[in-house]
Amino acid sequence: MSPASAARPETQTSQRDDSALGSTVRRVEVASRAGRTDPRAEAVRRQARTLGLALDDVRFAQVYLIEARLDGAQLQRVAELLLASPVLQMWTEGASPAPDGALTVEVHPLPGVMDPAAQTVRDAVREITGLDEIAVSTGRRYDMAGVTREQADLLARRLLANPVVHAIHAEPWRPQSLPRGGPAPFEVRTIDILKLTEPELEKLSREAHLFLSLDEMKAVQAEFRRLGREPTDIELETLAQTWSEHCVHKTLKSNIRYRAEDADDTIDFRGRPGHTVTDTGEVVINNLLRSTVVAATHELIADGVDWTLSVFVDNAGIIAFDDEHAVCVKVETHNHPSAIEPYGGAATGAGGCIRDIIGTGLGAKPIANTDVFCVAYPDHWVEKELNAKGAEERGGKKSGKRGSDSSDAAALNISALALPPSSSETSEFNLPAGCLHPRRILNDIVAGVRDYGNRMGIPTLNGAVWFDDRHVGNPLVFCGCVGVMPRRFTHGDAQPGDRIVALGGRTGRDGIHGATFSSAELTDTHADEFSHAVQIGNAIEEKRVLDAILRARDAEGGPLYTAITDCGAGGFSSAVGEMGEKLGAEVHLERAPLKYDGLTYTEIWISEAQERMVLAVPPEKLDALRAICAEESVELCELGEFGTEGEELILRYTGKEVGRLSMKFLHDGIPTPVREATWKRPTPIKLKSSESREPAPPDKALLQLLAHPNIASKRWIVRQYDHEVQGATLIKPLVGAEGEGPGDASVIEPVPGTGRGLAIGAGLATGFGDPAVGGDPYLMALAAIDECVRNLVCVGADPERIAILDNFCWPSCARPENLGALVRAAEGCYDGAKAYRTPFVSGKDSLNNQFTTDGGVTIEIPPTLLISGIGVVPDVRCCVTMDAKRAGNRLLLVGRTGAEMGGSHAQKLGFAVPDAPTPRVDLREGPRLARAVAGLIERGLVSSAHDCSEGGALVAVAEMLIGACPERSDAGALGADIDITKIVRTGGLAASFLSDAFGESPSRYVLEVEAAKLNDVRTALGDLPWTEIGEVTDIGRLRTRGSEVDLAVQELKAAWLAPLDW
Amino acid sequence: MPHPSADQPAALVIRTAGTNCDAEMVRAFELAGARADLVHVDRLIESPARLDDYDLIGFPGGFSYGDDVASGRVLAMRLRLHLYPALRAAALRGAPMIGVCNGFQALVQLGMLPGPERAGDWPEDAPPAQSVALTDNISARFIDDWTAVEIDEQSPCVWTRGLVDSELPEEARARVLLMPLASGEGRFVAATDEGLKELERRRQVPMRYAENLNGSMGRVAGICDASGLIFGLMPHPDRYLDWMNHPFWTRLPGELRSGDTPGLRMFRAAVEHVKSGGAAGSSTIQGSDSKGARV
Repeated sequence: MSPASAARPETQTSQRDDSALGSTVRRVEVASRAGRTDPRAEAVRRQARTLGLALDDVRFAQVYLIEARLDGAQLQRVAELLLASPVLQMWTEGASPAPDGALTVEVHPLPGVMDPAAQTVRDAVREITGLDEIAVSTGRRYDMAGVTREQADLLARRLLANPVVHAIHAEPWRPQSLPRGGPAPFEVRTIDILKLTEPELEKLSREAHLFLSLDEMKAVQAEFRRLGREPTDIELETLAQTWSEHCVHKTLKSNIRYRAEDADDTIDFRGRPGHTVTDTGEVVINNLLRSTVVAATHELIADGVDWTLSVFVDNAGIIAFDDEHAVCVKVETHNHPSAIEPYGGAATGAGGCIRDIIGTGLGAKPIANTDVFCVAYPDHWVEKELNAKGAEERGGKKSGKRGSDSSDAAALNISALALPPSSSETSEFNLPAGCLHPRRILNDIVAGVRDYGNRMGIPTLNGAVWFDDRHVGNPLVFCGCVGVMPRRFTHGDAQPGDRIVALGGRTGRDGIHGATFSSAELTDTHADEFSHAVQIGNAIEEKRVLDAILRARDAEGGPLYTAITDCGAGGFSSAVGEMGEKLGAEVHLERAPLKYDGLTYTEIWISEAQERMVLAVPPEKLDALRAICAEESVELCELGEFGTEGEELILRYTGKEVGRLSMKFLHDGIPTPVREATWKRPTPIKLKSSESREPAPPDKALLQLLAHPNIASKRWIVRQYDHEVQGATLIKPLVGAEGEGPGDASVIEPVPGTGRGLAIGAGLATGFGDPAVGGDPYLMALAAIDECVRNLVCVGADPERIAILDNFCWPSCARPENLGALVRAAEGCYDGAKAYRTPFVSGKDSLNNQFTTDGGVTIEIPPTLLISGIGVVPDVRCCVTMDAKRAGNRLLLVGRTGAEMGGSHAQKLGFAVPDAPTPRVDLREGPRLARAVAGLIERGLVSSAHDCSEGGALVAVAEMLIGACPERSDAGALGADIDITKIVRTGGLAASFLSDAFGESPSRYVLEVEAAKLNDVRTALGDLPWTEIGEVTDIGRLRTRGSEVDLAVQELKAAWLAPLDW
Repeated sequence: MPHPSADQPAALVIRTAGTNCDAEMVRAFELAGARADLVHVDRLIESPARLDDYDLIGFPGGFSYGDDVASGRVLAMRLRLHLYPALRAAALRGAPMIGVCNGFQALVQLGMLPGPERAGDWPEDAPPAQSVALTDNISARFIDDWTAVEIDEQSPCVWTRGLVDSELPEEARARVLLMPLASGEGRFVAATDEGLKELERRRQVPMRYAENLNGSMGRVAGICDASGLIFGLMPHPDRYLDWMNHPFWTRLPGELRSGDTPGLRMFRAAVEHVKSGGAAGSSTIQGSDSKGARV
């Protein structure tokens, strides 16, 4: 194609009323050329349809508002070089008229909300034009035909924008100037607390968003009475940040008085570290976390586990990987921000966890991300405003807007038992006011994690989604990150005299009070009250920071800094406070580069603006660090100095002292009250459906289980994530002939070319601890650890080299019942970790996950414990995958199966009675089984291995066949003949086909073994429970011996792929 | 400083803010027998003459400048403003170049691909106008998946030379000749249907998807310039350097998992081209030279 025939941009200049060459806002619209497919517009149409709105037509345009002294020629050059593709797009200056019959919606970020594209465009315009004074804002314009104005506005709020971070305009926005901050008047504010009464202290705590308890407020009051002065605002804020649940884990670290209300033969509390059993049978626990999770690790270390390098003290846990390298791992939650702004909340959740890894030791390189989401069933909830019927009903009734009424919310406890979306008995609930629709939440959190991880170039390669309607107002978003570092860089320590240096993003008014917000309870008004806690991330800023830090770490002559940490919850306040705990620190707040004017000194100090790291830099190394940052386009700022007389935190603004706190009081002054915990086995909720329902035919049950969203394929999510960037993903999240099989865990090669791998997996067993089915969080914790270990073992990890993490997400622990449940889960962590010899190396908790509707009904989430694990794979060539390999191979079920259907998915679907018993991990046999299976895999005796958990044994076999299934034809497709009655049963309970096939007993594996290797396997397994349950065939069907099930694998696959094919 | 030699050609891998597949590409060049330097584009803009030191040039994947505005757009703009003369000189002296994913997106918008109609006809002042584009996948979603690819063995492209392993039976070849795709804006669009036909006629489409995951016109996965030295593709050969990167290597028989992977073969082909005198820092006009080397 000759240049002459190449496309030229079409230009259409609409009438401009301001021809004067001044610093005006020039508006450029960029849209697809007529006749070109526009997938973004099509996507809007598709998504509108899921909301029940059929759009006749949608046109999409990108909008750029550029405030600069641009002449016409410069603007044209900017548009052609930068903004519009000559092949695909046309650009228009000004606002093009809407097509006939179409209504316009235009979305712009609210002032102060991060707009990364605007920053990029501003820099590019500067480079093209040489102009200096440039401000840019970007927006999106939609012209929609076939809707009313009201519907268009609803679409804008429900789909195209989030009013928490976006301004929505009903016509093209043409501002005279772009908003910018003005200078803030500076005066030191003190808050009078010395004379406040207890109710007044509580009121202040709530209204100022401090979220400190009365005891804590009194401790603050006492300290300032001792000092003989009122605190300044920044001092109170610093204490609130540092003492927040988010930062200090005060519940898990507190002393607890635990009382069981009925006889308990599950846990023996005697002889546990830090536990005292009183004569009356109460248990007093001194620092729950230290006496359970942490104690297990220290006991394991004392007992010969010599490969942990740093546990519980740094941003992430660190273990040895090989002689030269260490790997570190961290998992965080970002639940409350994700409830309000799911895209930004999830993205910054991922970004924050990545920064934890960058800030571990002297800095690690992030090499993998993980994500687990808990959301409500998308198909169970309706938004009244968007369906026609609802619109009619609403009529003149204003209250129609307030979705949920208390009877709906009360019914939630029933829906918590998760009827299948296909069931006619499924209740549809009106979405409570203040909640985003679960479909939108899931869509947006996936997009948030995707965009951050993909842009950072970190493969997101392990995850899960758990559906439960009690997450309707309080979804859970777990983001994990794994890093690799040379072993000599695992520890850092700031030194007196080191400069406090901030790197990366500028500080703005975004994310104020995020740390304390996480302690608040979500309600129908949270979006209004806490919009300032929400942030939008800028992954490329963080990537630049990472590039700079790795260069500074690896500088010739050693790292250019002595300590590093990230700015997360609490912002500078937490980062500087933690790094300077033993030294003291003096900070000059006016030195922090700001996104815009107008921040007060307190806002600068506690802002949780993203993409910032804090380093302790010896003065003589500052110039070298500055040079690297300049080369990587990273902003650097020297905020102050570590080390003060008397180890104080001294805060100044333009020279004037605005705060002074002793580090000792800041870090040790928090009172540790004794908290009350009780336990009574919850009464299972009676399900109408399970009473009335006939026992399901096994083949239908299998198809329904495969289509249960917890079990169904997550390919829609996994394939949006770049899980192969860095080129080191050796076992991918989806495996098998067509990349559809759900792998148990992923394996990466942290140091490419070495042949040594790291498996990354997780265990989640929420069903077994669910109060709605009479579950026990102790059993849930054991099962989660067991499942995590099995997932890692199934791909080839060495069970002697598995480190795990705990993430507790709990409803309010101010309720003794919930704290009792937490105690039991923590005891399970202790017993499980010791039995499996899997040390906890890090963890995090989020302990106020519930939502209160406008009707005053509180919906508590089910207690949730995510166990994440990393396991060393000594030789990646020994890795196996879960997809069935060859006809004629035998299928083995290793482990025992009991008729314990409590908490199983079969029970959720109504195939088991509500009060069925919950399975218990055998802590002697479970670890032995894991070691035995790992041994078989290491010796190459296993063709495929799959853990047997959600849905039970037959679902596991079905998944192995789905993994093997070629997409286009049945010819030669693998199938299996199974005799499920051959499984090894535990005694005691009456078994049935359903419990054999779909029970979720722990510690089980399905293995595929070549017939010729059976003898070796038999010898190796010795006295452990296992049987041969069937054989792989080449007829493409899954059949059971009694013909209870006889289904084509293609049919199984279709059922499994359908539910989340969004 | 690089020391180009016939034994070990020097490769330049250009990174910038948001580049994230640079380490893989460096490793690819090294495994293929070159030595590779990773250099920030800002350093090259400061001294464009540094490009003259290299025998091969790679533009790796990632999200340059966040892919704000459009994928690769800002990088393309900066290359156009600052580095076209140096890149033109490299093209004229016959240095093979490769753009993978984001690098491909940048080369297309810069105008280096598909380049001038006749090999060597690079305009002096500014690169040819953009005539093809890579844009939103038809699903409007990012896709990470592996796909079988078809290779035009008649293409002048040096990078795909010998990629099809003729020793293997066809069925085995189909199981091995896959490429990983990971992009949100990977759909190939030519400005005109005639433009695409013209490219095809000149054999400038060395690689197509067997299965059109992103809705590309003509299933185009990669295009080269008329000389065959400059190649851009959306799939990531740099993520297929080891057999254990293959998406179902646990199903492949051991004998299929030996020798160079298809990903590595591509880099090897270009490095070998340089070693055999195709470029080697010489100042020859590449057109006839590279054709000669191909025979």
